[in-house]
Amino acid sequence: MTERTRRTRGTALPYLLIGPAVLALCLALGYPLLRQLVLSFQEFGLAQQFGRPPEWVGLANYRELLTDAYLWRVTARTVTFCLVNAAVTMVLGVGLALVMRAMSTPVRLLTQTGLLLAWAMPVVASLTVWQWLFDTQYGVVNYVLTSMGGDFQGHGWLLRPLSFFFVATVVVVWMSVPFVAFTVYAALTQLPGELLEAAEIDGAGVVQRLRYVILPTIRTVLLVVGLLQIIWDLRVFTQVYILQEAGGSARATNLLGTYIYRLGIGGGDFGTSAAVAVFMLALTVVLTAPYVRSMLRQERTV
Amino acid sequence: MARTAPRPVRWLANTVGLVAFALATFPVYWMVNSSFLDRNQIRNPVPTWVPFGGDLDNFRTVFESGQFLDAMKISLMVTGLTLVVALTFAFVAAVAVSRFRFRGRLSFIVTLLVIQMIPAEGLFISQYKMLETMELLNTVVGLTVVYVAGVLPFTIWTLRGFVEGVPYELEEAAMMDGCTRTQAFFRITFPLLAPGLVATGVFGFIQAWNEFTLALVVMTREDQRTLPLWLSTFTDVNRGTDWGGIMAGSTLIAVPVIVFFLLVQGRMASGLTAGAVKG
Repeated sequence: MTERTRRTRGTALPYLLIGPAVLALCLALGYPLLRQLVLSFQEFGLAQQFGRPPEWVGLANYRELLTDAYLWRVTARTVTFCLVNAAVTMVLGVGLALVMRAMSTPVRLLTQTGLLLAWAMPVVASLTVWQWLFDTQYGVVNYVLTSMGGDFQGHGWLLRPLSFFFVATVVVVWMSVPFVAFTVYAALTQLPGELLEAAEIDGAGVVQRLRYVILPTIRTVLLVVGLLQIIWDLRVFTQVYILQEAGGSARATNLLGTYIYRLGIGGGDFGTSAAVAVFMLALTVVLTAPYVRSMLRQERTV
Repeated sequence: MARTAPRPVRWLANTVGLVAFALATFPVYWMVNSSFLDRNQIRNPVPTWVPFGGDLDNFRTVFESGQFLDAMKISLMVTGLTLVVALTFAFVAAVAVSRFRFRGRLSFIVTLLVIQMIPAEGLFISQYKMLETMELLNTVVGLTVVYVAGVLPFTIWTLRGFVEGVPYELEEAAMMDGCTRTQAFFRITFPLLAPGLVATGVFGFIQAWNEFTLALVVMTREDQRTLPLWLSTFTDVNRGTDWGGIMAGSTLIAVPVIVFFLLVQGRMASGLTAGAVKG
């Protein structure tokens, strides 16, 4: 490819072509990023919102935050929620992809259609349905659990933080499994059948075949997909925000994203919330670095 | 995969598949089902599993309230504007990246990758402040500005794949036959790219149509709500939620998205691992 592509050193044309995109990104992302850094070193609260010039406070916002037990609680909660969701999604998604190989074709097509449907559902629409399913008074979940012998009549799922996060996890996992299942299944179809047969002839059982043949072959895909899940689940906002509005206690269930929102746009403390946002960005960069590196390796081999 | 699993294994696998199918589709089914039920059926402790005797009253309520149509107008404007701008910008950038070697090309690609990882929550505070200064809060243009930046990286990334899929030799051949470089591009390559542009456009549409977080931040006024915002405020603990109406609204919002998604999913599947997008 490289040989035949036009080499146009010294021409302005490629720069003109990427120009509009670069400008748009600088305006809507680059400038806010800089502004956020500045903001995070300023006292910017309600008084500033009404015209008083922001006061330069150096690291005060950060110092205040890093010594705030609540921020650490929210961070721990965010990371735990992220890891649990990513792990459950990966186990279910990869498991389903493996099982799909053994299904008969009509059942596999049916399963895939179902997964596509769940994948295609808009986030907010699926949230409203899940809220309705978990509804305290008329929800199907309470009805089914009660008729199975449990005492779930009028059970409020969003009231306690743990059960609030259980509902949030159900929604997140339900939406995320299809992507994992499809991607891993696609990777599995690349697996040469002879390899498995050879292993079987050599006496490898199911577990051994999985461990020594299947998983190593799809290792790269698993890594990328797993990393994406972690990155995505770290920034869960919509699900938690909407469930909070539907009756969860915000303070007991805030994750980093909703905390930033409630601090800044809800509470008017833009300086502090900008500092939390910078903190969250730093956390993302740390987690993203391996993904970007692996994508770049692919980029070079393309 | 030529191998077929032994019968008991296959039987077990099929059972798992059916359970997965049921779990994946039930919420979608329940949304559509509930949208046809009347108030008494909704407020019955025993669920109505199949919408026999249901009607379209919930849909009528949704349309009659007027808020739905207002929100749809805003959503259509923002989505349309975002698509036009993002596709144009992304298309020319994708051509530059895949057809030219230039200094800064690799850093541009890396930047796109990194940007896709930035969580909206990590920047929306300062985006809000910026739009406030520019007096673009609660405007279609303001929301479009942040949406364009949101879909651009992924769009460039995918379109680049499509442009690279058209061999440059075709253009060269056309140039041999006397076309200028520009003519060759627009007569040969561009028509071959049309399916890719459509697929990418549909995907961008879905993203902008479903987006919630930035809309929540930028559109604070009730008369400027997009559809997802309208839907989210529909549930209210204090008002005694009208679940039938919400499910009708959800169905109306979800159906076009599901249809579009099923249409382009196959084409986009490969790009999805490369470009990271999720609501």
